[in-house]
This record gives sequence, structure tokens and C-alpha cells, in this order.
Amino acid sequence: MLQELCAFVGRRMFAFARATGGMMNLFLDTLSKMRAVDLKETVRQMAMLGADSLPIVLLTMLCTGMVFSVQTAKEFVVLGASNTVGGIVAIAMGRELVPVLAGVVVAGRIGAAIAAELGTMKVTEQIDALRVMATSPVRYLVCPRVLAIALMMPVLVVFGNFVGNAGGYLVAHYYADISSFTYLNSIKMLSEPFDIFGGMIKGAVFGVIISIVGCYKGLHARQGAEGVGLATTASVVLSIILIFITDYFMTVLMWAADI
Amino acid sequence: MAISEISLQNLQVSFGEKQVLKGVNLEVVPGETMAIIGPSGTGKSTILKVLTGLLEPTGGRVFIEGHEVTHLNEDQWNGIRKNVGMVFQYSALFDFLDVGENVAFGLRQHFRLSEDEIRKRVDTLLQDVGMLDAKNMFPAELSGGMKKRVSLARALAFRPRIVLYDEPTAGLDPLRTMSISHLIRETQQKYKITSILVTHDMESVYAAADRVAMLNEGRIAAVGTPEEFRNSPDPLIRGFITGEDPEGALIR
Repeated sequence: MLQELCAFVGRRMFAFARATGGMMNLFLDTLSKMRAVDLKETVRQMAMLGADSLPIVLLTMLCTGMVFSVQTAKEFVVLGASNTVGGIVAIAMGRELVPVLAGVVVAGRIGAAIAAELGTMKVTEQIDALRVMATSPVRYLVCPRVLAIALMMPVLVVFGNFVGNAGGYLVAHYYADISSFTYLNSIKMLSEPFDIFGGMIKGAVFGVIISIVGCYKGLHARQGAEGVGLATTASVVLSIILIFITDYFMTVLMWAADI
Repeated sequence: MAISEISLQNLQVSFGEKQVLKGVNLEVVPGETMAIIGPSGTGKSTILKVLTGLLEPTGGRVFIEGHEVTHLNEDQWNGIRKNVGMVFQYSALFDFLDVGENVAFGLRQHFRLSEDEIRKRVDTLLQDVGMLDAKNMFPAELSGGMKKRVSLARALAFRPRIVLYDEPTAGLDPLRTMSISHLIRETQQKYKITSILVTHDMESVYAAADRVAMLNEGRIAAVGTPEEFRNSPDPLIRGFITGEDPEGALIR
């Protein structure tokens, strides 16, 4: 029994180490081939993967900003801290909620799509066909996707912040009777540009994670429709886990490095 | 005798514990079409994967145009692959590109040609395989036979000196099988290409091949002309051609 458990744990750890090493190799390979990236394909991917994600990211952020404001505004008014609501919403949205939630939304929408597309190409021998035609799948397929998402995520973060804060303001103003001046002045006094800029950096890093994981899982999909399905699911789950773990360390590095 | 265009010397390939190719020796001379036949699962397609660098052999040596390619890295293989075209069993057309762009793909990736030159070359190739009318269609809109034709046009776009066919007539009706077989023969004669044709289909072998090699249990069991195979008394060959295997030479 103990032997079987040890063997199971060992196998899982070996598989995890192999996948981690494989993804790191893919990332380094992608970096080394990035100077030869196909710009036309990158722009197509930016439109398809980034711009088309804007509506769902904006909807998510609008709701998040409004909910955050509902949960804090009235309590803070009772505590006499209404002049901090705007700043707190802006900081929370800028530093954490927008980049992380945009990452989760994009992982579900784009990471899954990448894994499914590349997985299907793998099982229908299209990846082999690329290689036989002397074209690196990493240069042709992975580089444009990684670059496109890494560039589009910060853009989504900026728009997400704008809409999220607008939602927070509307709720604070009409639900908790906080004046426009108090709310906006609070943002001005408490938050700083790096709250947004740091969130954009996080977004770009999450974008790289989502695209590398999606591409890796797709390129290593096993034969058949079931293999593509498993690759898609694994891509979303792993991306979200890595986003949360990376978020903690990036937050510590960017905002709490002195403690 | 001419120097071999493709030479396999004691080629071995294993997948884990299972040894698929146990020492294949085969010489293909320039300009000939060599058919490789044999029962399913004996490693015919594996030979093509080795010849395109998709699989690394576990033993033996492989030469293409006199260059040893047994243990090349991906970049070194890319130099060799520009002279080798391949028609995949299920065509493997890029489903996000239309027919014209599939054929133009290699030209755009590796040659500095004007749009006009690319268009002319794509049109000529599609005309050769009888698919010019389908230039703007997507792979999902094509039948199996049409996909094979486009796949052949795409493989020829580089003007390769070697073309490898992996079961090009699998899943096609007899009429389309003969049509593809004649196309392979015409292509070889027009472009003076060396070809390896992996197939189960003897009609295709008789129509397209100059010589035939029979693969059985991971080794080449016999090599000869299609006529020699047709008249062979060897129970192994007879069993494969007629589908009757009373002595159990093929299926054990």
C-alpha cells in the first residue's frame, strides 16, 4: 500500500517536473525565435485573441468594480471613511482584481482556444507537415501567439481599470451617496500611477503564461479527440494555478519588497 | 549503377520496448519510384518519418543524396527538408488557409518571390493536379481525393528532388485511386523526382512504381519490379497480393 502510494506520488512528481521543464524549454525556444516572428500573423492573433476578448473582460470588470463598491461603500460611510472608498477600489482593481481576473477570463477563453487549435493541428499531422516544410512550429505558431497576448493583456488591463472604476463610482455615488468630488479625490490621494502600470506588467506576464501553457499543452496533445479535450482542460486549469502563484510573488516584489 | 538517392542501412526504430524496424536495408536510385508494401503495423510509415526527420532512428544509418542524416538536429534537418516533399496519409492541409495559400505556404516561408511569381507557380501546380478551380476553397470543403491532390501540389511547390507518399490512395474509391496513381506517375516523369510510395494498394503499385520492396516483421523481405511481384511464387508476396494467407506467412 505504502509502496503504491510512493510510486503514485513519484509518478505525479516526475510528470510535473517533465511538464515544467518542457514549458520552460518552449519559453526559451520562443524567446530565441522571436526576432524572426511573423508580424502579419501576430497582428491577426492580436485581433483574434486580444480585441475579441475585450467585451467579456469589460463586462467582468464592470461587475467586479460595482460589487467591490457595494461591499465597501456603505460600511466605510458608517465608519466615517467615505473619503477612502474611491482610492481603495482603484488600488484593489489596479493592482490585483483587473490583472488577475482578466488573466482568468483570458485563460478560459484564449488559453483553451490555443490548446484546442494546436492540439487539433497535432493530431491531424499539420504540425508534422509544418516541420516537413522546414518551418518551425515554435516560430510560426507559438511566437505570434505569445507576442500577441503579451501585448494585448496590458491593453485589456487599462480598459478593465477604466470600466471597473467607473462601475465602482456609479455604485458609490448612487447607492452610498458618496459625492463625485470625494470619490475622485480619494482616487487622486490614495492611488498612484504605478498601481495601473504594475497591473499592466502583471497582465503581460500572465499573458505569456497563458499562451505558453496553451501552446505546450496543444503541441503535446495525445492522439484523438479525447487527447485534444484533455489538453484544453489541462491548459485552463494549469494557467489559472500559475496565474495565482505568480501573482503572489509579483505582488510581493512590486509592492511589499521592503517588508 | 547510379549512386543511391536514399540509402537505409540496417535501420532500426523502437518505441519503448517494441522494436518496429529491426534492420531495414534499402537503396532508392535517382528518378525511380520505389513502393514499400507490407502488412499494417510493420513500420512502413515509420520509414517515411525517419526520412523527414520526424523520428530519430535507434540504430543503423540513413543517407539522403549522399549526406548522412541519421542524427541531425532540427536546424540541420531544415536544410535537407527543402529538397524533400511529403504527401501525408490524411493530407494534413492547413485548415486555416485556403487551397491556394496551402500551396503557396512553403514559397512564402522560404523564398523571396513576388506575389505575381507565387500566384503563377501556385496556378501551374494546381493546374497540374486538376485543382485550379478549387483555389479559393478551404480544406474542410474538399473531398478526400481533392485533398490528396492539393497535398501533392503543396509538396511539389518547393520543387523537391524527393517526394514521399504515405498511403496516398487510402480511403479512396477505385476510380480516384487510379487517378491519384497516374498523377504520381506523371509527376515523377514530368519533374524527374525520386519517390517512395508507401501503400497497401497493389493496383496503385502497378500503375506508379518502378520497383517494390516488401516489409515484413521489421525487415525488407523482398525487392523487385511490380511485374516480378505479380508473378512471384513466394507465399509471403502471394499472400499480400491475393489476400489469402494459407501458410500463415503474413499473419502470425
